[in-house]
Amino acid sequence: MSAMPNVIALRDITKVYVTGEVEVRAVAGVSLDIRRGEFVAIMGASGSGKSTMMNILGCLDRPTAGQYLLDGVDVAGLNRKQLAQLRNHKIGFVFQSFNLLARTTAMENVELPLFYSEPVVSLRDRHRRAREALEKVGLGSRLTHRPSQLSGGQQQRIAIARALVNSPDLLLADEPTGNLDTRTSIEIMGLFQALNDSGITVIMVTHELDIAAYCRRIVIMRDGRVLEDRVNATPNRADERRAQLDQEERDARIGEDRSGETQEKR
Amino acid sequence: MFDTLAGTLLRTTLTALTALRALRRNKLRSSLTALGIIIGVFAVVAMVALGNGTRASIESQVAGLGQNMLMVFAGSRRSGGVSGGLGSASAITLEDAAALRREIPDVVASSPEVTTTAQAIANGRNWSTTIAGEAPEYLVIRDWALASGSMFTDREVRSAAKVAVLGDKTAHELFGVLDPVGQTVRVGNMPFVIIGVLASKGAGVGGQNQDDRVVIPFTTAMKRITGDKYLRSVYLEIGAADRIPIAQDQITRLLRQRHRLLPGNPDDFNIFNQQEIADTVNTVTSTLTLLLGAIAGLSLVVGGIGIMNIMLVSVTERTREIGIRIAVGAQPGDIRIQFLIEAITLSLLGGLVGVLLGVGTTRVIAAASTFKPIVTMGSILLAFTVSFSIGVFFGFYPARRASLMDPIDALRYE
Repeated sequence: MSAMPNVIALRDITKVYVTGEVEVRAVAGVSLDIRRGEFVAIMGASGSGKSTMMNILGCLDRPTAGQYLLDGVDVAGLNRKQLAQLRNHKIGFVFQSFNLLARTTAMENVELPLFYSEPVVSLRDRHRRAREALEKVGLGSRLTHRPSQLSGGQQQRIAIARALVNSPDLLLADEPTGNLDTRTSIEIMGLFQALNDSGITVIMVTHELDIAAYCRRIVIMRDGRVLEDRVNATPNRADERRAQLDQEERDARIGEDRSGETQEKR
Repeated sequence: MFDTLAGTLLRTTLTALTALRALRRNKLRSSLTALGIIIGVFAVVAMVALGNGTRASIESQVAGLGQNMLMVFAGSRRSGGVSGGLGSASAITLEDAAALRREIPDVVASSPEVTTTAQAIANGRNWSTTIAGEAPEYLVIRDWALASGSMFTDREVRSAAKVAVLGDKTAHELFGVLDPVGQTVRVGNMPFVIIGVLASKGAGVGGQNQDDRVVIPFTTAMKRITGDKYLRSVYLEIGAADRIPIAQDQITRLLRQRHRLLPGNPDDFNIFNQQEIADTVNTVTSTLTLLLGAIAGLSLVVGGIGIMNIMLVSVTERTREIGIRIAVGAQPGDIRIQFLIEAITLSLLGGLVGVLLGVGTTRVIAAASTFKPIVTMGSILLAFTVSFSIGVFFGFYPARRASLMDPIDALRYE
């Protein structure tokens, strides 16, 4: 493998919002390279520009100035249609509020991106790939469940399966544990770590330091600029953290083991 | 090329299924939304069927008047601005009728007519009916057959004989299933010998029952019943259809001359031919049909606005769904077609139910009455085309709005 190519190359990215007469520089000249296989946390307080960065990285928004190369392709030169296909093929989104289609089964939710893929994915391939993605996130037995029948952690797993189904270059997660309790958060982070170990690039926006601690690189933003960009040499391991949590719970004699799944892995 | 075509087709089919499922989820709302279209299409189909049925029945009634027939009516009498209606003026005399027969070469048959209403008493029963004084040629002109017996003769007319031919309805009312021929009917206290019964002819152009009448010689009617020396009208048969306009001119000239009307004075009589009668009635029914059709059309528009309204609500409700779809790679066109298909499905389903209701209603009308509404394939196709267009027209704006949503805002929408 030739010296890890950059999945993302940002040069002086600026995003200015004009509301009435007030100009807001949400992102003010960010340059950033992210190599294939990295696990990056983008941190910052609200208003730091991290969400805007995420939207730009996800090709949901265009920068006002600067250059964004996604997998070597200059995004600025693409029209709406091409951007849609780019999102479809290269990017998987995971949101804080899961953003699943209610009243639609797990399978159908996961199949959704394939629905919009070009060239068209056959019905059989769609089912097969959706099932594989759900198995990968540990929901192989919940294929026909609807989001409302599942826990928050399970819903986020469906969302992750949906993000994975088209084998994207990049997994973009926006506060993926924001709506989850500690234990479930650790489980989800474990899933991200496993996916990252298998070679998928993961970029995650969060404002929680203990969540960022699972990532191998931490970019801290403030006022639209990169304040700090450091390597996290010793990321938390989700399995260790969980064992530790179990131990703490036992010591404190609070709470029984919650799910069979947890027992199994222990 | 084939691959992309098949792909587009598959994609559209899948989108259509998604749209259908969205509609099924909100059954009550969907059916209420479609109700406007249902009522509109139902009204259009029913109106067109009734209009067609009316036209057909008028045409058959006009054909039933007889071939190449002209009717000369005495004009309307005006007193103090009040029109007395056709035949109310005392203008046409027996001499006029004789002159028409004698001097207009194209007239091949004629029948002076006087009418009145009187009680007919026979067989111990009593029936109020129209007494029509006619000539024997009346049956020829009207193309009217006898069910039994015979028509009176010219000799009986000349002698003002007390003979009568009963209409089918009158015969039935007075005698039931018995054959009245040879029996006696009393009209105005005068006994008439029944010599014939007319075949049934059904409703006339004005909707009156033509079978409810007693036909007697016009001479008898004038001398013994009305005591009047003026005629209500004269029926004339013209030898050939293309001679009718010429004959009409000649009749006008002859009557104006006989009535000594100065140039500039209006005619004191009216001449009708079958076509004019048909046209008059058709104009009335067409206007009525057009009016009702316009109301039906309005309800279609209202129905369309209802669809647009619900689609706008639906788009807003599903803002998040739209955001998700755009984020995972849906193109504006995909979103647009999804909502457009929803709107079209709503309006087409409404159209289908409306057509079924319309056809069903006309069937019920046809079964319950003698009137036969006519549902044409054309009106059904029209209904579907219109409801499809309404779906496209009123669905486009909401669908476009959905397709132009900003995914970032849409994903955050609560």
